[in-house]
Amino acid sequence: MSDYKDYLARQVMLGKMKRREFLGRAAALGIAASSANMLFASSAAAQEPKRGGHLKLGLEGAAATDSRDPAKALSQFMFVVGRNWGDMLVESHPTTGEPVPALAESWEPSADASTWTFTIRKGVKFHDGKELTIDDVIKTLQRHTDEKSESGALGVMKSIKEIKADGDKLVLVLTEGNADLPLLLTDYHLIIQPNGGTDNPDAMIGTGPYKVASFEPGIRATFEKNPDDWRTDRGFVDSIELIAMNDATARVAALSSGQVHFINRVDPKTVNLLKKAPTVEILNTSGRGHYVFIMHCNTAPFDNNDLRMALKYAMDRETLVERILGGYGKIGNDFPINDTYALFPEGIEQRTYDPDKAAFHYKKSGHSGPVLLRTSDVAFPNAVDAAVLYQASARKAGIEIEVKREPGDGYWSNVWNVQPFSTSYWGGRPTQDQMYSTAYLSTADWNDTRFKRPDFDKILLEARSELDEAKRKDMYRTMAMMVRDEGGLILPMFNDFVNAAGKTVKGYVHDIGNDMSNGYVATRVWLDA
Amino acid sequence: MMESGPITGPVATDATAGETALRSSDLAGIPAKPNPAAEERGGTIWQRFAFRRPLAALILQRLGLSVGLLFAVSLMIFGGIEALPGDFATTYLGQSATPQAVENIRQDLGLDRPWSERYLSWLGGAVQGDFGTSWASRNSVSEQIGNRLGNSLFLAFFAALVSVPLAVGLGMLAVQFRNRLPDKIINVISLAAISLPEFFIGYLLIMYFAVEWGVATFPATVYNGMGFTDRLSAIALPVATLVLVVLAHMMRMTRAAILNVMSSAYVETAELKGLGTFRIIARHAAPNAVAPVINVIALNLAYLVVGVVVVEVVFVYPGMGQYMVDAVTVRDMPVVQACGLIFAAFYIFLNMAADILAILANPRLRHPR
Repeated sequence: MSDYKDYLARQVMLGKMKRREFLGRAAALGIAASSANMLFASSAAAQEPKRGGHLKLGLEGAAATDSRDPAKALSQFMFVVGRNWGDMLVESHPTTGEPVPALAESWEPSADASTWTFTIRKGVKFHDGKELTIDDVIKTLQRHTDEKSESGALGVMKSIKEIKADGDKLVLVLTEGNADLPLLLTDYHLIIQPNGGTDNPDAMIGTGPYKVASFEPGIRATFEKNPDDWRTDRGFVDSIELIAMNDATARVAALSSGQVHFINRVDPKTVNLLKKAPTVEILNTSGRGHYVFIMHCNTAPFDNNDLRMALKYAMDRETLVERILGGYGKIGNDFPINDTYALFPEGIEQRTYDPDKAAFHYKKSGHSGPVLLRTSDVAFPNAVDAAVLYQASARKAGIEIEVKREPGDGYWSNVWNVQPFSTSYWGGRPTQDQMYSTAYLSTADWNDTRFKRPDFDKILLEARSELDEAKRKDMYRTMAMMVRDEGGLILPMFNDFVNAAGKTVKGYVHDIGNDMSNGYVATRVWLDA
Repeated sequence: MMESGPITGPVATDATAGETALRSSDLAGIPAKPNPAAEERGGTIWQRFAFRRPLAALILQRLGLSVGLLFAVSLMIFGGIEALPGDFATTYLGQSATPQAVENIRQDLGLDRPWSERYLSWLGGAVQGDFGTSWASRNSVSEQIGNRLGNSLFLAFFAALVSVPLAVGLGMLAVQFRNRLPDKIINVISLAAISLPEFFIGYLLIMYFAVEWGVATFPATVYNGMGFTDRLSAIALPVATLVLVVLAHMMRMTRAAILNVMSSAYVETAELKGLGTFRIIARHAAPNAVAPVINVIALNLAYLVVGVVVVEVVFVYPGMGQYMVDAVTVRDMPVVQACGLIFAAFYIFLNMAADILAILANPRLRHPR
């Protein structure tokens, strides 16, 4: 949290934010005004952003097939590109994950959280000089709601029944109450475009801190500072250059030779070597992404909960974090939520490697013969190694696991969500509700553990429209326990986002939302020559 | 070695037929006539043309064959992509695929039609020069390839400019000092270079020249609007890597071919005349050894254009190889097809050029027995 406080304090120093606004935002963090004033004094003295300079980032994930349309953005590269030129209605708080105003100034739910009214910020200009209107906002949201748009945010938008204007306010009517709606609008596909991008979805014109100067898919993107940016607490460097570097060694070489200032996806196997370089700093942030082993609860032999429990106890989580993530991660507890989520249910007992309990449940299940686990390094980096480590720890409990390596091509269509026991990866979601709705609701397309429990679905829907946070947290605890003790999910680890930057890069904000400071890295840092 | 070259193609046989018609009246299609003058000989227009202009006939026939080959290649690429697991819709959407989204894309692109129909409709566009738009990015394929191909050719051109003269020169040098120290040094170094994988050479060069000493530019990314000298300095390391990779092959072929010629009688005569060794190699032996050398050079040039995807990835160079791999990953058929055809065309063209140059360099090859 202190990073964000420093960040806020900096803005006041620069005159970018009024002191009152700082106190307001700090209050949102639960800091009393008096201590916030003190904080302001100490943080501001420590860090003072510098403006200017040319920032270069070497990023993994670009391809010649990348689309300019934010609706179709898939890769890490396009994620950062979009954050540079565009704004969403709402952003998420870097450390608490709560919604913070962006193009929407404020919002108000109805009593049952099924109708939301957003006040849209005034005086914001697009890069082409046009002023942002309520019409642009409505058309953008409508475009992403259209099945034909192939928008990555379609799943998020499905819960919105009606999008309309009430004077200069935006009104969203939902199919059912959802207390988390503002967070859903932080989805990185939902960049507000002039006229909703219906004329030209590929124009890359938005309200963001940088204008796109050039873009060559799979090669490079350059940006220039938007002089009319509506916010002054971001966009410190004059220009940005994103270079596509899909080779991990090339990224490390470029960073250590000083040719780029920042790289993403540092290989856990070599991160300790890179750490020794005097000019380089490793930036690792806890994330919500998790590496999983998934069993179909409705398919023999995994329809037996004792076998599932045996397989859960047979997982040596610490070893996997150490060996597969190079220590850059946290152990999981067999439910898909960790403490980076708002309303995380604390105090649930950590499941540990216990060969005796595993053997007990295995015997009780009456299962015999090897259990077939399908995997591929496409599932997550070094998934095959992880499966072999798992095989070794399960053997000590008397459980025989047969590891079958599947081709990476077609893994997501032929193995994952098709075969009864496989490895996979889940990126985080902005809210607990969304995570559970995506993969644990009976009717979800991506219910990859075939966890179909009407009682679970009922609590999930109740929690969604519950505005009382204490009650919601309690419901989330019940749900977590159900998935942990009865589900088909073995979750050994949450991976950290591991990036690295040169020492001249200052002001990096560790953001729990997503990798690379939630994609905002280039707009938040400055260069200290 | 020389007889194994591609000069024994069907056209060359026609040309042979013209010359030997006097003696072999049983050659198909060529009636024996008392007057051997070509103008009065019978046969088709093509045969007469082939007799008078053997080289032009060879080129024409090769071009015709090339077109057929390109058709075959396009069919094979198409079949290959069809055989891969998953189609564009499922691979493009990956883990985030829903049945609805997959169905939308399939209908949008017509993937639900039978493959023969899709191939023919693509072919219809391609023969008119329209390679269509990329399925993934919805941009024009020709436009994107224009940039990438330019980059690939730029890199290949400079790699060839350095490596070909160097390889031939070193080969001649090795012959002159054969089995002595310079020959052995050249051999050991070039063999070491060819034995190391290209990515390893690349990493070594990056480590020393870019990271340790900081004298070379890295990454080698080139982009639109970049100055010529900037481009040159950007490609220095990849060019050096490619030179090391292709050098040994060409150098050793030059050495072997010249040594082969050096054992013939006329070289011995030249030696007895008292000519200097280098003069014998350069003036007497080299022209007769040129055909196999040209073939090896052509193969390596083709490699420099189409086979350098690993070097592109290591040096972050935006060439054709990377473009095609990206497209194959998501089964972006129009892009894969266009890249495949261009690569095939390069191979065919360079091989043809090698044959023609070999014939020009040694007229005897035009009329093999």
